[in-house]
Amino acid sequence: MKDFRYIDGAAILRLDREACIGCGNCVTVCPHRIFRLEDNKAAVIDPDGCMECGACATNCPVAAIYVNPDDGCGCAALIINRWLSRITGKTVSGCNC
Amino acid sequence: MPLVSTTLTWRDHLGTIGARSGYYRSNYKVIPGLYGIGRPGLDSPVLVTANYKLSFDALRQVLPGIDAWILVVDTRGINVWCAAGKKTFSTDEVAYQVKSTRLAEIVRHRELILPQLAAVGVAAGRLRKACGFNGIFGPIQAKDIPTYLHRNRQADEAMRTVTFNTGERAVLIPVEICLLWKPFLAATAVLFLLSGIGPEVYSLSAAGTRGIQALIASLLAVLAGAVLTPLLLPWIPSRQFWLKGALVGGLTAMTAMAALLPTTWTADLPAAIALVLWAASVASYLAMNFTGSTPYTSLSGVGLEMRRGLAFQLGGTTLALGLWIWSAFA
Ligand code: SF4
Ligand code: SF4
Repeated sequence: MKDFRYIDGAAILRLDREACIGCGNCVTVCPHRIFRLEDNKAAVIDPDGCMECGACATNCPVAAIYVNPDDGCGCAALIINRWLSRITGKTVSGCNC
Repeated sequence: MPLVSTTLTWRDHLGTIGARSGYYRSNYKVIPGLYGIGRPGLDSPVLVTANYKLSFDALRQVLPGIDAWILVVDTRGINVWCAAGKKTFSTDEVAYQVKSTRLAEIVRHRELILPQLAAVGVAAGRLRKACGFNGIFGPIQAKDIPTYLHRNRQADEAMRTVTFNTGERAVLIPVEICLLWKPFLAATAVLFLLSGIGPEVYSLSAAGTRGIQALIASLLAVLAGAVLTPLLLPWIPSRQFWLKGALVGGLTAMTAMAALLPTTWTADLPAAIALVLWAASVASYLAMNFTGSTPYTSLSGVGLEMRRGLAFQLGGTTLALGLWIWSAFA
């Protein structure tokens, strides 16, 4: 996705290279090609391109990847509902996608 | 085992229009289970997909001449990516369908080809233990599956990279708009009410003429925020959606007003500014909401830009409405 870049420095993605066993799952599943295997371990080559989908973390066998765990799609309506629910204490109704 | 065709009928196409416009988008389902394509046998590949009919159709449509099984998992009629994000397209659900269709008795191999975007919800490595099959991730798009199969299960970088081209952005527009009609009607009612306030306390004729102008501004905002911004996305300056929307909304309103309401523009500057500001604020919100439909915006990023965006939108609409009422007296 070279034509589409989002806000730099925003995405929360952490890789624990010590824990990584180099299986390559994260390299395969990432829809933005954020990882590469270097010296038999995963390396994050484009942290700002991450959209926090969580596919890499779901498929890492040793839990070496941490991604912002707030799930759901990133639509504004959902986030506003979340903020409101924090104030009102009501549960969030999902969005429409 | 139901066999399905690889060509779509006019009913399928009609249904696609319905689903795309949001008319029955939330439950356009295929019954979960195993389907055959061509003349599938013991060694035919098993392709897994969601039970959203458009996902299923996209898959079967690319398979003419290929013998394969399609395992449809129950994602409550939601597409692959959103379902994986919501964890309805999950490891357990795939394992459940494998068992309930007795797939192990139907094919000889033990391989499931999953859509790459299902990886958000499916941990392929856990499937073997859960149902005896190995999960591997195929390409993102159904259209690449034939190549993927021919190349012996090899997907290149392009097949593994998500795209967001003009066509992919355009199909999202109808849904964005269809979700809007309720808030739009409410906003229009309020605008007509406010438009009547004036020197004569309340004037119905002013509510009519000025209300129409406000309505036009709202329509322009929808055009700018929900149509133009998605379409022109890569070419609009700024990475933040609220700013993209505000820019396009302001420009659209200014251009259109210069063309449609030239007299308002010159004779009543405060009113004109109010309308432009209104369009910019509303378009800004609509554009910001579009982040939920793109395949590249992180939730952390959306949270960041929303603080600024909401401040602009709330400030902008308040100022616009204030100016609008004030301009009736000026
Ligand atoms: S969260 Fe998604 S986009 Fe980000 S690195 Fe992982 S797989 Fe790639
Ligand atoms: S999925 Fe985990 S273990 Fe495998 S390469 Fe990536 S970080 Fe390393």
